[in-house]
Amino acid sequence: MMSEPKQSTHPGGTLHIPPYQEDDRGIVSELHARFGADAFTEQPTLTGMPVLWVARERLIEILRFLRQLPRPYSMLYDLHGMDERLRTRRQGLPPADFSVFYQLISLERNSDLMLKVALLEGDPELPSATGVWPNANWYEREIWDMFGIRFSGHPLQTRILMPPTWEGHPLRKDYPARATEFDPYSLTAAKQDLEQEALRFRPEDWGMQRRGAHEDFMFLNLGPNHPSAHGAFRIILQLDGEEIVDCVPEIGYHHRGAEKMAERQSWHSYIPYTDRIDYLGGVMNNLPYVLAVEKLAGIRVPDRVDFIRVMLAEFFRILNHLLFLGTYIQDIGAMTPVFFTFTDRQRAYRVVEAITGFRMHPAWFRIGGVAHDLPRGWDTLVREFLAWMPRRLDEYEKAALKNSILIGRTRGVASYTTRDALDWGVTGAGLRATGCDFDLRKARPYSGYQHFEFEVPLAVNGDAYDRCLVKLGEMRESLKIIEQCLRNMPEGPHKADHPLTTPPPKERTLQHIETLITHFLQVSWGPVMPANESLQMIEATKGINSYYLTSDGSTMSYRTRIRTPSFPHLQQIPSVINGSMISDLIAYLGSIDFVMADVDR
Amino acid sequence: MSWLTPEVVDILIAVIKALVIMLAVVIAGALLSFIERRLLGWWQDRYGPNRVGPFGMFQLAADMLKMFFKEDWTPPFADRLVFTLAPVVAMSSLLMAFAVVPITPTWGVADLNIGILFFFAMAGLTVYAVLFAGWASDNKYALLGALRASAQTVSYEVFLGLSLMGVVAQTGSFNLRDIVAYQQQHLWFILPQFLGFCTFLIAGVAVTHRHPFDQPEAEQELADGYHIEYAGMKWGMFFVGEYIGIVLISALLTTLFFGGWHGPFLDALPWLSFVWFALKTGFFIMFFVLLRASLPRPRYDQVMAFGWKFCLPLTLLNLLVTGALVLAAR
Repeated sequence: MMSEPKQSTHPGGTLHIPPYQEDDRGIVSELHARFGADAFTEQPTLTGMPVLWVARERLIEILRFLRQLPRPYSMLYDLHGMDERLRTRRQGLPPADFSVFYQLISLERNSDLMLKVALLEGDPELPSATGVWPNANWYEREIWDMFGIRFSGHPLQTRILMPPTWEGHPLRKDYPARATEFDPYSLTAAKQDLEQEALRFRPEDWGMQRRGAHEDFMFLNLGPNHPSAHGAFRIILQLDGEEIVDCVPEIGYHHRGAEKMAERQSWHSYIPYTDRIDYLGGVMNNLPYVLAVEKLAGIRVPDRVDFIRVMLAEFFRILNHLLFLGTYIQDIGAMTPVFFTFTDRQRAYRVVEAITGFRMHPAWFRIGGVAHDLPRGWDTLVREFLAWMPRRLDEYEKAALKNSILIGRTRGVASYTTRDALDWGVTGAGLRATGCDFDLRKARPYSGYQHFEFEVPLAVNGDAYDRCLVKLGEMRESLKIIEQCLRNMPEGPHKADHPLTTPPPKERTLQHIETLITHFLQVSWGPVMPANESLQMIEATKGINSYYLTSDGSTMSYRTRIRTPSFPHLQQIPSVINGSMISDLIAYLGSIDFVMADVDR
Repeated sequence: MSWLTPEVVDILIAVIKALVIMLAVVIAGALLSFIERRLLGWWQDRYGPNRVGPFGMFQLAADMLKMFFKEDWTPPFADRLVFTLAPVVAMSSLLMAFAVVPITPTWGVADLNIGILFFFAMAGLTVYAVLFAGWASDNKYALLGALRASAQTVSYEVFLGLSLMGVVAQTGSFNLRDIVAYQQQHLWFILPQFLGFCTFLIAGVAVTHRHPFDQPEAEQELADGYHIEYAGMKWGMFFVGEYIGIVLISALLTTLFFGGWHGPFLDALPWLSFVWFALKTGFFIMFFVLLRASLPRPRYDQVMAFGWKFCLPLTLLNLLVTGALVLAAR
């Protein structure tokens, strides 16, 4: 059986992941010992990690030190910024108009660290971290795009999500958030020409040659409309024959400004937006958001809520992986399996629909619980699905994944090592296929995953074939988890008993004037979350997804940073695929498992 | 009516027969678009086109109406003449090759003594359809598709020809009627020429650019490759051309390796010869569709390697052994 974890022989496999260390003080003392305590200002937060403000001048030095420690912070997990100008509750922090944060993960310590740098409006510039971690590149471009913060030494400081012709930096607080605050949009012929010209690819901008010693290169525009680009994704290939010499992935065609919207929605009414970040993940997207809000509010949810959430999240993991499996095999040229996996998804949706009332985007988790209790008869439906699915997975494995043509197309194609994966911020199946046993559900159990028995499927080669095997194994493990939910579903309420639970229980409002007023305010304005910062990472369908919330003590989030796994996965493409053929790129894209909504947000 | 001599009558009958066969092949090719979709639907746990007419049988008419009334668009940057020529070549070359196929003892267009060679010539022409389309479209995807097609054709034409030489050596004739007659007296060639059958089948799939040898159009990679710029009737001609190719290769497999029209009860009911021929051909057509439904697509260098390193040596081996046996039997 391929789902059984293989003994890893890869260097990455020797990585030992210790138990999670929340708010790791060890690294703080190491830093103090090396750079002196006065180099850091510590900010108390609910993010589960030390948050240290450092001076811009010492930033790169400190980042390098962290990268080269004996047990290093090997992954630049997230890098983004915040407009601090309207923030009222920031006592004790260095004066700043903008701040930029660096979230680092150490697998050897199993702990995180966040560094922040304060910037003033007149001088929004930072040294680039691309020399320390290659994946800083896109993040720094996005920060420039969104906040207008420049990075000196960055190889190509251009916009990434917004079109090159865009004016302004949307995540700044003085940038309007609603269409009604703008002049009406119009597209003149001249403007259309300008926009189209801006999309033209000029190889020189990227340091590419138009011709080599003996040949002219072809520049092939794959996307944004291409059957295998999995959404509005454009990748420009520099080709010598069919061999990819170099390539430039281009994103931003699916950008909807989800992070900006969070600043204009109540904590509660933002939940449906999260469903649409990874649009195949359904309630899986709700999970990190509501968990982060619950941290801010200080809510502990009842066991039944944890179990219901885990069960539905695993249903959506299976739904996502089935779509992945079908399209992956289709990308390799076999047209049939995708129809079968869609039939299976239909069966999973039947359960999801009965429980939540919706299919793809249920928006069903709530702050402090879930929207409803499980309906009568849910267990029969779940049992039917559990009886149906394993047989089908065996069939896919036998009919498609053991096909020699498929193996010939994917084995050894687009492979990378654990080290590469960590360099580029790769998480999820892409990381585990290299033999690195890092699954947040095991490494840092959240939402009650510690109550479940399951394995973490691993592979060793880190190629397009192994990524698929890992995903297939994950589906089998998800079935195990769902089976345990079915067997052990605790009794109890489906909402926490807490004043910030949203929406508050309606029954009580009729008893008591205070609760009536609270109910009225919470439903009309939304709940007020205490000022603080919180962060929740989860093992989502495509890798690690997290919400980093900053509350300024208001009914709306001050800043919502959504870190999605697909963004770094796409950034990694050139380093993996250069030198291969077009067909390999297609197999590689199929094996990443991404959706553009998850990249662009 | 003095001009209506017996010779003229014979000529007229031959012409009418030829026209009937041509129409039948074209209609069979067009009908295949419907049959293929229904078969795929059946194998893929879904319905396929089942709305127009009983069991969706009039889907073909609906599709053709749609295609006739679609704008016949030629991109302004295309090379007009070559762009128009490509679908004509695609549809006509394999249709012409059908002329040498003996359908029943009495039906068939031409009784050429170089029948197999004529088929090779026509099969060789098909690559021009793809090359013309890829070149004239002035589109990078089309060009890549055309390049793949020419590389694939070069690799597969070589043993397409050689794979049939065993049959020719045993029969001692290029004439397809002779080959059918030979099989009647001896064994069907599927047994003595099994290796030849395997390699001809593979090369035949490659000639029609059908899955898994659809490298030139590879939807997932080249987004339909060489015919990416075509629409309306021109695209329809490529489409029908592909299906005619399937019918032709299936008919040839029947004729060359499965005894053509032969089958039981022919003496009592001579008209059964057509039924046997049609049944055998239909079987291989189904096989083509099943291939498409079940296999992934190899990478195109793997296709080349498979052709040169596996199929070609196998064909040569087959030819050597057949030659030795024919010599020994003499």
